Amino acid sequence: MLYFSKLRIISVVIFTLLFSYFALSNFFKFDDNIFNKNINLGLDLQGGSYLLLEVDNKPVVTQKIQSKILELKRYFKEKNLILKNFSINNDNIIFEVNSEDVNLVKEILDDDESEINPYFQQYKSHQFDFLEENNFFKLSFSRYGLVLLKNSSLDQAIEIVRRRVDEVGTNEPNILKRGNDRILVELPGLDNPERIKSLLGKTANLTFQFITQNSEESFGTEKLSFEDGTEEAIVSKRIILSGDNLVDAKPSMNSQTNETVVSFSLDRVGAKKFGKATSSGVGKRLAIILDGKIISAPSVREPIIGGSGQISGNFTFQSATDLALLLRSGALPAPLNIIEERTVGPDLGQDSIDAGILSLIIGFILVILFMIYKYKTFGFIANLALITNLFLLIGILTLFEATLTLPGIAGIILTVGMAVDANVLIFERIKEEIKNEKNPIIAFDSGYTKSRTTILDANITTLIAAFILFFMGSGPVKGFSVTLGVGILTTLFSVYFIARLLTSIYIIRNKNKEGII
Amino acid sequence: MTNISFNKFYKKFNILSLFLIIISLLLLLFKGLNYGVDFKGGTLIEIRTGENSINISTIRDSFNQMNLGDVSVKKFGNETDFIVKFEKQNSNDPKFIENIKLKLSSSIGDVDFRRVENVGPKVSSELLKSGIIAITLSLAAMLIYIWVRFEWQFSLGAILAIFHDVIITLGIFSLFSLEINLSIVAAVLTIVGYSMNDTVVIFDRVRENLRKYSDVKIFELTNISINETLSRTIITSITTLLALLSIYLFGGEILKGFSLAMILGVVFGTYSSIYIANPILVLLRVSQRTIVKEEKDQ
Repeated sequence: MLYFSKLRIISVVIFTLLFSYFALSNFFKFDDNIFNKNINLGLDLQGGSYLLLEVDNKPVVTQKIQSKILELKRYFKEKNLILKNFSINNDNIIFEVNSEDVNLVKEILDDDESEINPYFQQYKSHQFDFLEENNFFKLSFSRYGLVLLKNSSLDQAIEIVRRRVDEVGTNEPNILKRGNDRILVELPGLDNPERIKSLLGKTANLTFQFITQNSEESFGTEKLSFEDGTEEAIVSKRIILSGDNLVDAKPSMNSQTNETVVSFSLDRVGAKKFGKATSSGVGKRLAIILDGKIISAPSVREPIIGGSGQISGNFTFQSATDLALLLRSGALPAPLNIIEERTVGPDLGQDSIDAGILSLIIGFILVILFMIYKYKTFGFIANLALITNLFLLIGILTLFEATLTLPGIAGIILTVGMAVDANVLIFERIKEEIKNEKNPIIAFDSGYTKSRTTILDANITTLIAAFILFFMGSGPVKGFSVTLGVGILTTLFSVYFIARLLTSIYIIRNKNKEGII
Repeated sequence: MTNISFNKFYKKFNILSLFLIIISLLLLLFKGLNYGVDFKGGTLIEIRTGENSINISTIRDSFNQMNLGDVSVKKFGNETDFIVKFEKQNSNDPKFIENIKLKLSSSIGDVDFRRVENVGPKVSSELLKSGIIAITLSLAAMLIYIWVRFEWQFSLGAILAIFHDVIITLGIFSLFSLEINLSIVAAVLTIVGYSMNDTVVIFDRVRENLRKYSDVKIFELTNISINETLSRTIITSITTLLALLSIYLFGGEILKGFSLAMILGVVFGTYSSIYIANPILVLLRVSQRTIVKEEKDQ
């Protein structure tokens, strides 16, 4: 029916005004605190960096397997069971058990209360799966054991990444988990991500180990090269101190040598360990090792018992600052690889905004002129609906603080082009109806009714495409699906409430006019 | 209302479409698509040079000296803007891009890197996979939707029309070696939606007319329905094309391929709603019984 109740008219007007206000608040800074939401600009519009990092879990698994062996040995020793011939093969732990103990070991590994092979109720799975053959056991991570391990290393990594990014002080970074081994880092406004990339690319595993001449050292030795690649040294595998014991690190100047250094302070445990080791090691060289490379290896002149020290090593102020930052934020549980990077400079972003807005305005004007040319008064009504549609669309995007991307702007323009379709379908239908029906009010009414299913069908198909794009697409393309999808909803609203209201008012006033449409 | 005998040309245009589809398929099969870094992996850099005098070959020469694999350089809008693409991507070396910039500055003077995209092989193959899944999924969803709303003859007609549009659009992209990236996938999905939209409007009318006239043959009936909806088809295509044309001309270089794909899609989508979807109904001998039977079943 063409009749609209007063209540309905008022609610449509209020709704429209409210969303128009939301939309306009993006462009004019209204001086109030009632509504201070804005559309977010995507990285492609405001400029910035998008980094996708992947945690390299291989070393984590290997490390975990190694420590599991120690745990197994200790645990079964307490139970007076003898496990022997340990070996690791492709991340499988293999050991032999005396034949009389096989069943007992199996029972322990299979127990739901097992301490050594925890059972995860929610996954109905143990941490390790095992096979037994000829008294040999083969233990390997179960699927969920691996998932949990990956998740925990991802959680740790994301925390460290957050600390490092925060320390650099970028503007509103966005750090998110992706799957079970990826981290997404979005850095708006950053057009040169090299520093962040180099900070995130370091595991920052810091250890202090003595340099030794004696390759017979009981802990074993390893040959490491210096950071600058000039020389190599043999160091003891015994770790005196690791980065975990650091409580603070900052760049500073050594007043005696006038060199830039990184000074650090240790927690109580660390200070104790460090004091003990340096007391017994006076005269030895202590290597400071970061990620398998020796930064420097000063000689210990006297015991360091105060719980603080300095790292020297040909630093510039920048590199000392970065090392201090890495040490403060802690070591990553596993190396991170950057598998995708997208960076847009701020001036390209601005150019994209300008071009997007220009094409929106031109597209809008072209469509409006065409509709007036084609339908005169009704074109005018369709255009009013179109303008409202645009305000509603931007208003809704603002309300939900959606992210607008360049393809998103294209989606708005496309909405402008396609939104008139519904009104065109209705107007064309009315034209047909009016040929057989003398009463324009009835003709209009049946025009609306008969075109309804077609309009729904036609819009649902586009909505389906937008939905799929939203769930499958990423980044800028997702922004397109949002504007396209929301655009369809606002189109239906503007057609059935705004345009229909205006049409009915016009028809009731001009019902005796010939050739009304 | 117009009265054009669209149905007289069903055969001729079907042959033309078949011909275009075969050529497109051959192109896709033998020439393939020009995948961008999103789907192939590698590095893309948009460069703005300080001087007008620098041309493509100078830039290509300086890049070729850096050992980056296959390098392609193209002008991008302005005289001073270029897109450089190469196979190598080494984002784990944090200095990778910085070093390129340094080397480039020393050989051709001041340059600005306006945009850098660096996609590893794992990510690019995942993006390609999810793009293909998205398109397949949307086709399946459309098929299901139209199957629920119409009879199977109509679904077949609509789906063939969509395939026609997507294949020919991709064929044109292959022919002119236009780049296929993430936004083209979005464009293809929109084409799918638009083409479906257009077909549904005519099909709705066909179904309505099938109920109304029992003595008109489907060959005539489709023609009546096409004519009845023709002005709507034209007006909506024009407004959509006006919007798309505005993006193509004024929306900047980044949206060029995206809007071009959609322009092609709208043109072919409009054509296929008339000349693919309807002849299928004729071919399948849809009659009043088709829809009456269906309605009885329900």
